[in-house]
Amino acid sequence: MNRLSDFMLPPANSTFAAETDALFNFINVVSLILLIGITVTMIYFAIKYRRKSEDDTTPLITHNSKLEITWSVIPLILVMIVFGWGYNGYLTKTNAPDNAYEIRAIAKSWLWEFHYQTGHVSVNELHVPANRPVKMIISSDDVLHSFYIPEFRVKMDAVPNRYTSVWFEAIEPGEAILYCAEYCGSAHSNMLADVVIHSQEDFETWLETGDAIDDDLSPVELGEQLVQRQGCLACHSTDGSTLQGPTFQGIFGRDRLLTDGSTVTVDENYIRQSIIEPNTQVAEGFAPIMPTYAGSLNDRQIDAIIEYLKTLD
Amino acid sequence: MATSETSNIKRLQVRRFKPEENPKSTYLTEETGIWAWMTTVDHKKIGLMYLASILFFFFVGGTLALLLRTELLTPAQSFITADTYNQIFTLHGAIMVFFFLVPSVPAALGNFVLPLQLGCKDVAFPRVNLLSYYIYVIGAVFTLIAIFTGGVDTGWTFYTPYSATTGGNVMMMTLGVFILGFSSILTGVNFIVTIHRLRSPGQTWNKISLFLWSLYATSIIQILATPVLAITLLLLTMERALHIGIFDPALGGDPVLYQHFFWFYSHPAVYIMIVPGFGIVSEIISTFSRKHIFGYWAIALSSLAIAFIGFLVWGHHMFTAGQSSLANMVFSFLTFLVGIPTGIKIFNWVATMYKGSIDMKTPMLYIMAFLFLFMIGGFTGIMLGSLAVDIHLHDTYYVVAHFHYVMMGGMVMAFLGGLHYWWPKMFGKMYNEFWARIACVVIFIGFNLTFLPQFVMGSMGMPRRYFNYLEQFQGYHQASTYGSYILGIGFLIIAAYLLHSLLRGKKAPPNPWGSRAMEWQTSSPPSLHNYEHTPVVINGPYDYHKPMSEFQLGIEGSHNGHGEHQHTETKTVEADK
Ligand code: HEM
Ligand SMILES: [Cu+2]
Ligand SMILES: [Cu+2]
Repeated sequence: MNRLSDFMLPPANSTFAAETDALFNFINVVSLILLIGITVTMIYFAIKYRRKSEDDTTPLITHNSKLEITWSVIPLILVMIVFGWGYNGYLTKTNAPDNAYEIRAIAKSWLWEFHYQTGHVSVNELHVPANRPVKMIISSDDVLHSFYIPEFRVKMDAVPNRYTSVWFEAIEPGEAILYCAEYCGSAHSNMLADVVIHSQEDFETWLETGDAIDDDLSPVELGEQLVQRQGCLACHSTDGSTLQGPTFQGIFGRDRLLTDGSTVTVDENYIRQSIIEPNTQVAEGFAPIMPTYAGSLNDRQIDAIIEYLKTLD
Repeated sequence: MATSETSNIKRLQVRRFKPEENPKSTYLTEETGIWAWMTTVDHKKIGLMYLASILFFFFVGGTLALLLRTELLTPAQSFITADTYNQIFTLHGAIMVFFFLVPSVPAALGNFVLPLQLGCKDVAFPRVNLLSYYIYVIGAVFTLIAIFTGGVDTGWTFYTPYSATTGGNVMMMTLGVFILGFSSILTGVNFIVTIHRLRSPGQTWNKISLFLWSLYATSIIQILATPVLAITLLLLTMERALHIGIFDPALGGDPVLYQHFFWFYSHPAVYIMIVPGFGIVSEIISTFSRKHIFGYWAIALSSLAIAFIGFLVWGHHMFTAGQSSLANMVFSFLTFLVGIPTGIKIFNWVATMYKGSIDMKTPMLYIMAFLFLFMIGGFTGIMLGSLAVDIHLHDTYYVVAHFHYVMMGGMVMAFLGGLHYWWPKMFGKMYNEFWARIACVVIFIGFNLTFLPQFVMGSMGMPRRYFNYLEQFQGYHQASTYGSYILGIGFLIIAAYLLHSLLRGKKAPPNPWGSRAMEWQTSSPPSLHNYEHTPVVINGPYDYHKPMSEFQLGIEGSHNGHGEHQHTETKTVEADK
């Protein structure tokens, strides 16, 4: 029967995933037995008691209290087992150990921003250590989103004006995917993040060096990487097609009509302004929906993005 | 004609009234013409008007679904944009739930059958009945306006703060659903009063059909739950229009409060969508097994139990919304409790078939499909009610598959069963049995091919309401899409032979299935006033051990306000008041 769950469930990579999976299996197996049992009975009756002539008469059987009680009590016992088991597993999932490493997750339409205790910020890339409890403190900057990592079997909504939390302890280093599971508009289905599970040492190294590798890159290369990593491409294309935001293709130096009726030329200042305070100058034909990157991109990174955009024509 | 009267036993002179074979005057031949139809207060005509309307919406909703499925053939964009996709799934959900499923059985089939099963001329408030239809139409018009003036992309759940901030014409849509709610409430009130006040002489509470019990339970939910939806949508509209902070955190409101309000209606509403189906199952299983229903009271009371407990489980839609652990525990516990009465029904239905004389005609075939599919829907509901597992499965395709198994595999199958069952009564025509069975099988196969893969995808982590998806899910999505095409073909077959039946169908006898239920003891189609006499009930609708003659009694000398009558032998029965 574990075959069924191997087939249906993603790889399990958190300490409590096994318990969830066991319950998933249990319910599936019991349900299958009941489903097959009842279906076979039904078909058997349908064949055995099929109408033989129009004058068939049938016995008068109105009810049977013993049967009625049996088929109420047995399911009741079964669901109570499922209830207790499910609640138990849920308690494990909600009560984070005290020594958990805390990471803030901020959902914005349509990207995930992660703030680490060292002050590091990563966008659409969650770095976590294996074999150490991690507690995510989740919030949203705009509408509802939901933090969902199937391999850990965890999910928690991101609610504006409120903190929610979830914890997990990954078992093995590797990679997983984080989905947004609460519908949040146009690019809901692009609101994914990569989860990078490091060994503990690697995690420490990553925290120390973080984006240091970026130092080796030229500004244009760095800009290109940032545009991907920061989730810009969820709304801005580089090939001229229009998504939720204006395309990046040929953007630099172009005249841009704004929603307030004025026209500006896209230059360094305009791009910088659009990244830090995106909704002060909104291009005509688009909604003021871009999240701010203030605090998550430093000056060097913004410069790099500007350099990269200049190359797109 | 009462001859003597004691405290609660009335003596009545009755005789047998055999239903007329080829009635010259039926409700379809009287009061014809557009104007007569539009102003009719006849429950049968109103039922047919509802039927036409919901079938129209089913067609629209179904076409939208096929568009969605076609878009999902490839992981990235196939032929529509993300925004269009989001609008389409919103419309698909809202139309199917509010404009098709909620009114499907009560307002369309129920309206037609309920007075026939009570032996009365009409519902208690015929004009209110017509009013409820027009309210439905006005609600539909608002919704259509919303679609053509910007569209709506919030999902049928209208969750805040998204619905408070997104563009499009959300207000018009919520107003449409708001208005629609009144239609539902009026139907509910009408049914409750009718069942209380207009039962035939002798028809005590233990002699009404289980279909009536299910409509009764449904009406209670409609009356108690729908106002909450109305208030919620009104608050939502006020927030959008007047910027009063209720749900939108930007204005100091609480978005989770909206979810509480919404599900306080919408969980009971899922029972509005299924309980009438339970009623149809009971009728059909008994008729086609030609046998007394097993556990009449267990089935009747479990509907009421579901109606009441169903009000206490709404929080199971919010297990990951940041609710307290205690609330989650209580809601999970109560959710399992609703599962029990549902299970009891299944066992009773299967037990009814034991030692029956089972005729696998189309309606019965649909009910077999119902039982199988609805069981899967129920078991997966148990899966979702279990906290630890739901944390993983919530808002994935697993939930999508679950509710399609209950709403489509359950209610739509029951609806189709009911439609085929009562079709001869409604139109006095038979349909082609061969093609009807083929269509049922095609739909069954198409349905499973569409939705079984969704359980797998969902378990693997595919979230719902996704326009793009990861490549690993493509195989499942494609299977699902091909399944939906097969499903579509099944419905086209139905449309074809039902149309053929209307135009060329063989004449139907009054009681083609040999049922003991009351609506079959009048002509097909019934006359304008349903019965030419005042029916008298001495047996329950499932008493197959009693001769047919005892089910066709009417008060001697009664002619229901019109027409002549001829004398035959009479007898005296005692009927409980
Ligand atoms: C044994 C009976 C049932 C149980 C235990 C059950 C349980 C549940 C649970 C726990 C959920 C929430 C899952 C989630 O969002 O994570 C759910 C969702 C849902 N159920 Fe059921 N259910 C049952 C029967 C039904 C029936 C009869 C219907 C409708 C006819 C129905 C319609 C729905 C719908 C529409 C949703 C999802 C709504 C949405 O998120 O859009 N369920 N069910
Ligand atoms: Cu989202
Ligand atoms: Cu529910």
